[in-house]
Amino acid sequence: MKLFSIRGGVHPKGRKELAADVAIAPVGLPPLLRVPLLQHIGTPAEPVVRKGDLVKKGQLLAIGQGMVSAPVHAPTSGRVMAIGRYVAPHPSGLPGRTVTLKPDGQDEWADLPPPLDPETATPEEIAERVADRGIVGMGGATFPSAIKLNLGGRYDLHLLVVNGAECEPYLTCDDRLMRERADQVIDGILSMRKALGVGRAIVAVETNKPRAMEALRKAGAGLDGLRVVGVPTRYPMGSERHLVQTLTGLETPARGLTADIGVVVHNVATAFAVHEAVRLGRPLISRVVTLSGGGIARPGNYEARIGTPIEALIAAAGGLEDRTARLILGGPMMGQPLADPKAPLVKGTNGVLALRPAESGESAAQQPCIRCATCVSVCPCGLMPLEMAARIRKEQLDAAVEHGLMDCVGCGSCAYACPSRIPLVQLFNYAKGRLTAVQRARHKQEEIKRLARARAERMDAIARAKREQMDRRKAERAARKKAEQTAPEAAAEKRDQETVDA
Amino acid sequence: MREAKQPAGGPFAHGGGRVDRTMGLVLLALLPATGYGLYLFGWPAINLLVVTVLAAALAEAACLRIAGRRVWPTLGDGSAVLTGWLLAMTLPPWAPWWIGAFGAVFALVFAKHVYGGLGQNLFNPAMVGRVALLISFPLEMTRWLAPRPLMTEGAPGFLEGLEITFLGGAPADAVSGASVLGHVKTELSRGHTVSDALAGAPDRIQMALGQMPGSLGETSAALLLAGGLLLLVTRVIRWPIPAAMLGTLAAAGAAPHLIDPARYPDAMVHLLSGATLLGAFFIATDYVTSPATLRGQLIFGAGCGLLVFVIRTWTGYPEGVAFAVLLMNAATPLIDRWVRPRVFGRTARGRPLDHAATLIEERAGG
Ligand code: SF4
Ligand code: SF4
Repeated sequence: MKLFSIRGGVHPKGRKELAADVAIAPVGLPPLLRVPLLQHIGTPAEPVVRKGDLVKKGQLLAIGQGMVSAPVHAPTSGRVMAIGRYVAPHPSGLPGRTVTLKPDGQDEWADLPPPLDPETATPEEIAERVADRGIVGMGGATFPSAIKLNLGGRYDLHLLVVNGAECEPYLTCDDRLMRERADQVIDGILSMRKALGVGRAIVAVETNKPRAMEALRKAGAGLDGLRVVGVPTRYPMGSERHLVQTLTGLETPARGLTADIGVVVHNVATAFAVHEAVRLGRPLISRVVTLSGGGIARPGNYEARIGTPIEALIAAAGGLEDRTARLILGGPMMGQPLADPKAPLVKGTNGVLALRPAESGESAAQQPCIRCATCVSVCPCGLMPLEMAARIRKEQLDAAVEHGLMDCVGCGSCAYACPSRIPLVQLFNYAKGRLTAVQRARHKQEEIKRLARARAERMDAIARAKREQMDRRKAERAARKKAEQTAPEAAAEKRDQETVDA
Repeated sequence: MREAKQPAGGPFAHGGGRVDRTMGLVLLALLPATGYGLYLFGWPAINLLVVTVLAAALAEAACLRIAGRRVWPTLGDGSAVLTGWLLAMTLPPWAPWWIGAFGAVFALVFAKHVYGGLGQNLFNPAMVGRVALLISFPLEMTRWLAPRPLMTEGAPGFLEGLEITFLGGAPADAVSGASVLGHVKTELSRGHTVSDALAGAPDRIQMALGQMPGSLGETSAALLLAGGLLLLVTRVIRWPIPAAMLGTLAAAGAAPHLIDPARYPDAMVHLLSGATLLGAFFIATDYVTSPATLRGQLIFGAGCGLLVFVIRTWTGYPEGVAFAVLLMNAATPLIDRWVRPRVFGRTARGRPLDHAATLIEERAGG
């Protein structure tokens, strides 16, 4: 297949060899599971169980709220110990609402919805099933998947892209999933394709995963409109927009969706979860996660229940070898530092890394920007990071926006390549955060103004209506008087008539 | 775990690029041409280089100290040494020590640290130093002499070298020759044709090898080219500036030569003589003072090439690289403001792409 090139990008050391050949291994049940109610982008789910309730595996714990949300299910059977705040897997370490579940060891399934056959099910049924089973984007974006399966009605779609690029270094969980569960992944893709109503699907895999490609090709052999395509190993190939550009040559409009150009992208792990939901009625209650890095004793890929404390995962991987290692959730390029290892595994966690200082390259000090423009040439979005950073440092946020700050996907290529170690991504995140806050405040103010204006307009309209009515009456009276003077009879007649009418 | 020291964000990986590595590679690339130049001009040239580099380093250290910044990490990046080195490459090799010292201190203080140090300056410090010298000491700055290779007949020994550099310049009997460009200029003003003028000058092979009067950096075109290629291969510099500068200069030089060969030297003279190659690969490509985008660099390089031609041809100065680069330095902020890459998903003018248009394009295209 003809591929198109993208601008910029970097080639970080893959380090995938640490975990790529370690088969997916299950992690046992921890003594307590902590299931956060917000594991997706959108509104937190609202609990439907109470403290002390006994729940079965797969039973609904909390239901989605509003348009963008996802329900949460019990990862195993047991007792609800508490519904309260608990440390969340977020760099701030701030607590979020969490259901604490004590497993009873039975691991007994609740009644699950009947299996669906993607051949015969309607697109709506599939999308509804995906929504109901709490599936969110598992590549880390955690956007509720059903919403992205419902786009067929509103957009003219022609292609489903399944993202198996896994361009972040160290991470191998998607690689393993594609190798070990290719049939299920392909089956999930067929369901997603049906839901979207598109004929073509492409699974894109970076060429550094030949075994995964081979497995998928075998599983998908003979299927119409399905292709497994090797894409160049280059970060950030897994960025949705860049992957779509590589495959189709089309650029997603700024501030738009890939659906604008007729393409929807889902992650391979999501495809697997869709398979489980459609064929088996199972909710998303566990996932495969890579534990790797020089600080992890036994790097590998582990399948664990949602809610398993990260420290339990680390213990399952042999524990930490290096106390100075930095813990990261996700990959090294876009992952977030983990403030507290007690935080639980969530639906979007694809990696837990323990990186030694030498691996993360954090030892070197920051130096002044020498304007070498390396950042400009590696930015896949055509931005000038050095200029944005200079503006942000002077607190000129508007100027930074004018330089394209809001088009930055935060991929980190610039900071990765910067010889002066300027913390470019941190500066951008800081500025984006500030702007969101400012925007929110501005929005609120505007809302107040708008309401006030609307009220004033309403009052005006009422006053105007009154005035007009009065004017009309006056004019009528004047006209009548005039008529009386010119044609007294006719007027008299009319008056009679009016009295009759009245 | 080390919570306290942890910064807030990633990436937690680094490509390993370093400022000092970059500067080191530039110095390495300069070495062959410098070494050959030092061989040609002997001990006085060596002394001058050492003095200029030392003065630059000391000036940097003093400025950092005054600004209350830590000296070593910044001095260690090698940028001050590079500035001194480049400046020395543009001086008459037997110039007295204070020429080098004055130029280097001027460059570091007034062209770099006054602006706030590395990365902040608008103009290339080495070129500011050179122009300051040219204006203040025109005589010393144009006293060229023919090469006297080390260990050959008539070359000054070590002690003699010290004497020349530190006690009073070149001895009276030193063969004084003009650089090729200066020679052409003088001869033209005397009413001779270019070919007459070049008849008495070194031939092209000698020019390429550097066996002609000039500064260290004006001598061996071949070795400078080799250094420039090294920088390109190691990706320290990118191709647009040298390519655009040399291309424009060659084109600008070739056209009038075709029309009136008697008045205008050909393109090769422009390319091989003066500081053209040093400028194209080592000076105009200075990160700090050149544009950040490829297209901006093309414009910048072309501007440099054109200005070099204009200055050499129609002004009183035989050589124009320093002025040309400084003028284009001044234009750099403007270029960076107006010439930006197209942002992903937007048109060149910054509007979000209209996907309908894209789709039609796609259909038309295939
Ligand atoms: S890569 Fe770093 S040093 Fe180079 S221009 Fe960008 S921010 Fe400046
Ligand atoms: S983080 Fe933003 S500015 Fe930096 S390379 Fe990625 S998209 Fe470009």
